[in-house]
Amino acid sequence: MTVALEVRDLHCRLGETQLLSGIHLTLNPGELTVVIGRNGAGKSTLFKHLAGELPCQRGEIRVFGAPLGSGSKAELARRRAVLPQTTNLQFAYEALEVVMLGRLPHQQNRPESREDVRIARACLERVGLEGYEGRNYLTLSGGEQQRVHFARALAQIHENTGSRLLLLDEPTSALDVAHQHKALRIVKELTREGVAALLILHDLNLVAQYADKVLVLAERQAIACGSPHEVMTSDILSRAFGFPMTTVPHPWLDCPMIVSGARPREASLEQHPA
Amino acid sequence: MQSLPGERAWAVGEYVPKVQSKRTQGLLLLVPFLLMCAVASLGAGAVSISPLQVISILLSYVGLPPLTEFSEQQSAVLFVIRLPRVLLGVLVGAALSVAGVALQGLFRNPLADPGLLGVSSGASLTVSAVTVLKLHVLGFYTLPLAAFAGSLGAILLISSLAQENGKTQVTMMLLCGVAINALCMAGTGLFTYLSTDDQLRTLTFWQLGSLSGATWPLVSTIAPLVILCSVGMVSLANPLNALLLGEANAGHLGISVERTKWLLVAFVALGVGSAVAVSGMIGFLGLVVPHLVRLWLGPNHRVLLPLSALLGASLLCLADLTARTVVVPSELPIGIVTALAGAPFFLYLLLRQRRTHAS
Repeated sequence: MTVALEVRDLHCRLGETQLLSGIHLTLNPGELTVVIGRNGAGKSTLFKHLAGELPCQRGEIRVFGAPLGSGSKAELARRRAVLPQTTNLQFAYEALEVVMLGRLPHQQNRPESREDVRIARACLERVGLEGYEGRNYLTLSGGEQQRVHFARALAQIHENTGSRLLLLDEPTSALDVAHQHKALRIVKELTREGVAALLILHDLNLVAQYADKVLVLAERQAIACGSPHEVMTSDILSRAFGFPMTTVPHPWLDCPMIVSGARPREASLEQHPA
Repeated sequence: MQSLPGERAWAVGEYVPKVQSKRTQGLLLLVPFLLMCAVASLGAGAVSISPLQVISILLSYVGLPPLTEFSEQQSAVLFVIRLPRVLLGVLVGAALSVAGVALQGLFRNPLADPGLLGVSSGASLTVSAVTVLKLHVLGFYTLPLAAFAGSLGAILLISSLAQENGKTQVTMMLLCGVAINALCMAGTGLFTYLSTDDQLRTLTFWQLGSLSGATWPLVSTIAPLVILCSVGMVSLANPLNALLLGEANAGHLGISVERTKWLLVAFVALGVGSAVAVSGMIGFLGLVVPHLVRLWLGPNHRVLLPLSALLGASLLCLADLTARTVVVPSELPIGIVTALAGAPFFLYLLLRQRRTHAS
């Protein structure tokens, strides 16, 4: 399978400020990649480049083998869904209408079909919003609104064939803990179908549990990239976040568990099972 | 109901998207409403014509047997005076309302109005310049052409000022609009200051709007323009729906955001420009009509655009009917009627919005 997304030596400068320098990244089909880093590390700038919202000043981004921005927008939108950090929608759409917007790229030369409606409803159900179809979007809670947009992204790349790409900037920021796991399980299921996914997340334990690959950004540079076991070490994380972090083995999962904060002198984590 | 092969009929209790049914519901109400308004407006005036006679006269034009008797005079009044006037009202009402929908979608602000893009103030400036400087080179068509040129000039200036790296910055457009509007109004004020009493009267009446200039040549000139713009904007319903999510999101849905913005601005300029050219400044319609339809049937542009056109056309017909009949034998400028009805409604919307935000 072709590489879904490839970043080569990406640099970005805004006036005198260097925002990104020398980023390399490859997203393979079936891989869940997460970008982590402290506020202002360049995560969202990188995300906007990958989404095509910011032009590539130096370096190269290729999506499905072709340079980003070279092909038809509609064609790309059928295979790639992007969810920015926040979506400010102030009009009283019904929840299902918002999800149906995700089907727009598939309706180039035809009106919306029952199949589109079926897919949109299935996606709403998948994010746990069955029965919300006719609800006014503006009356939903922040978490519910975020899940409606997540469902919209799912509806956009619903087709089961070909290589697909999902880019999500903090998709769990407004969700409770159960829905955070639910959202990541859905992304994980998609990657098993061959979707390449890139997420920005702040909850490091969520990252450790679900990510296949973690890219650590610090000071506008990628300081580490690899599996959670390789990258999420006390040393790298403490350096990236400028805050003491300790990594211990997860009590029952095969992944690291991250404890943040300085370690008091008498406390010991030794008794945890290895 | 028989379902097509491979297609499943909706099961009982299953959710059916309401877009189609809402549009049907709206059309079933608004098409008869528009016809009623038009017939009422065609019948009212110094020469009274009953609705049945209106229909009979219209039938006799197309060679069908009339339903009831009518006089030659009634027929002549209807054809020469009333029909072009009502048609002009329908066209102008539809153009202003559809433009309002398009701009509110483009700015993602339900309070946007065609006046924001300088359409009205630009026209106002050129009309006052032409009137005061006595540049009546083109006779009867001078004022409409001047208004049209002013509208287009202002909107082009504002759009090009809002360009940055080949992209139209929508907030910048709004701010430039405010500045250009102020500048145009200052120019208009200067010409008004320099005007003679007669010119002042012409200017004031132009600024209050009127459909009294309606003639068949005028109607047939702006009809293609208004129809082109309305159909064009209705065809942009899906991109407009996506734009409500913000430009970035619309782009990720495969919409050519820049192209959509340019087309919308062009359609608004052409549609509102021609409306202002033939009827002067008619306020509040472009703001209020989209609001009414949105409150009634929701924000989906596939419903909102066609139904706003119908409602705007109907309401302007009614406003013109009122303007013509309340102070017989004279007539009120139509802008006064729309503002008198529209401004309190606008305040009501603001207060209502404040209440929903507070709760």
